[in-house]
Amino acid sequence: MNNRQKDNLFKYWAILCTCIGILMLVIFLTNILITGLSRVDWAFITSLPSRKAELAGIKTALLGTVWILILTAIIAIPIGVAAGIYLEEYGKKSRFANILEINITNLAGVPSIIYGILGLEVFVRTFGLGRSILAGALTLGLLILPIIIVATREAIKAVPKTIREASFALGASKWQTISKQVLPAANGGILTGVILALSRAVGETAPLIIVGAATYVSFTPNSINDEYSVLPMQIFNWISRPEKEFAVNAAAAIIVLLVITFFMNGIAIYLRNKWQKKVKW
Amino acid sequence: MAEKSEVVNFMDYKLTADKVNVWYGNFHALKDISMRIRPNTVTALIGPSGCGKSTFLRLLNRMNDYIEGFRMEGHILIDEKNIYAKRVRVEELRKEVGMVFQKPNPFPKSIYDNVVYGLTIRNVRDKKTLDEACENSLKQAALWDEVKDDLKKSALALSGGQQQRLCIARTLAVKPTIILMDEPASALDPISTAKIEELINELKKYYTIIIVTHNMQQAGRISDRTAFFYLGLLIEYDTTANIFTNPKEEKTQSYITGRFG
Ligand SMILES: Nc1ncnc2c1ncn2[C@@H]1O[C@H](COP(=O)(O)OP(=O)(O)OP(=O)(O)O)[C@@H](O)[C@H]1O
Ligand SMILES: [Mg+2]
Repeated sequence: MNNRQKDNLFKYWAILCTCIGILMLVIFLTNILITGLSRVDWAFITSLPSRKAELAGIKTALLGTVWILILTAIIAIPIGVAAGIYLEEYGKKSRFANILEINITNLAGVPSIIYGILGLEVFVRTFGLGRSILAGALTLGLLILPIIIVATREAIKAVPKTIREASFALGASKWQTISKQVLPAANGGILTGVILALSRAVGETAPLIIVGAATYVSFTPNSINDEYSVLPMQIFNWISRPEKEFAVNAAAAIIVLLVITFFMNGIAIYLRNKWQKKVKW
Repeated sequence: MAEKSEVVNFMDYKLTADKVNVWYGNFHALKDISMRIRPNTVTALIGPSGCGKSTFLRLLNRMNDYIEGFRMEGHILIDEKNIYAKRVRVEELRKEVGMVFQKPNPFPKSIYDNVVYGLTIRNVRDKKTLDEACENSLKQAALWDEVKDDLKKSALALSGGQQQRLCIARTLAVKPTIILMDEPASALDPISTAKIEELINELKKYYTIIIVTHNMQQAGRISDRTAFFYLGLLIEYDTTANIFTNPKEEKTQSYITGRFG
């Protein structure tokens, strides 16, 4: 076999692998769509959960997801972005920053269920937050913090050194340079990372099972201290029911969840492309 | 009497470097550099790559301060003040001493925002003041006529030569008295280069200019005095005419005739 043939062989092998991946996705999606699409309607989205499959809806779970998402964003974005700025701009040489950095890299690789255990110990029990939205959001915030920190650092790193130099040479202080030049130039990248991180949080189930998101909540949340459910929990609950009708509900809820994550990822990709165009200096 | 003449003499110089030594870690990058520069002159720094021209230039607005391992000894006086004294704030110093870089480096913002950046960071908020500063600086940098219709346009949409003149305008807007230029035309085409040179000739009426260049003809055309650096040493510093027609040092002679470099 000559090199050219090897090349071709490898190419077809790669194409085959890609196709298998795509094929699986297509099978999964069609399956879900066939089962659930006819079930997705306005009533399904706005109905409370019910013991009768055909009356049950995702209102509480969807609102729970929205509450969790917003609160997680409020908690994780400022801390994550600030930590990213600190590590990239200020903490370069300090020992403290080194230790921090190693920890963050490690944290990014920790299975999400571990965050759940941490959340249970710290937020639910020690802080006494119970099975509240706040406890869930704090746990998910912790989970996505490393992603936001890393994205912030990457985005800051991508800002050319010449921009900094120009700002300093005009007499700007370090903070002025960061806030008026570096961050505006990096915000597309930071935002992309933030959205991807949040879209991961939307799909997380394991840590929320542990910190006590309910599978069945019959009222919509009114404050961050309320009990809550989220879409993945609702899906999990329905799938584990023996009745076939609930499987249809689960498929329908999966469609809603997929739409949300695809939408968020779409925004992230759009922002990234726009940012990459802008960033050609 | 002697005392008086000394004072007058001192006042004649805008900038004085006195036995300046610089190290990057263990590397001795500048060795015992002493040099005086008069106001409203153009001084060219020439020499082969790596001889310390940029290092010297960046000493004058303390841009080397950010480099890890940088260390310096000696004194640099601007208007009789030691710019490395403890109480000096670099932000204030850089208002006095502007800098233009080799590659045009406009901010990814509008033309207007680029020009007034140096003012806004000093809390100038008055729209009229900013507008005037913008117009004046762009006019001084010979860019006004080309951009006046669309100051909101992104600076990145300008040509390389226009970007470099924008960077000059941006520097002028904070009203420095000294302008440092590190090979400001080396990334530009001949026409843009000619424009920059013309501009330097014009600016010299109001500013003291120190420029690094690899282009001997350029040094000859625009500078009053030329300093030749070699391996961290200031080999010769004299009027440009003398350096190019009648250098005292053999090294200078061989460098300007292109025998090494
Ligand atoms: N940040 C740095 N760290 C260590 N060494 C450096 C640093 N910057 C410059 N040097 C060294 O100091 C010497 C002088 O560098 P400098 O940039 O001043 O040279 P230059 O004359 O401007 O050269 P060129 O014409 O190539 O721009 C060089 O040998 C260079 O390797
Ligand atoms: Mg240089």
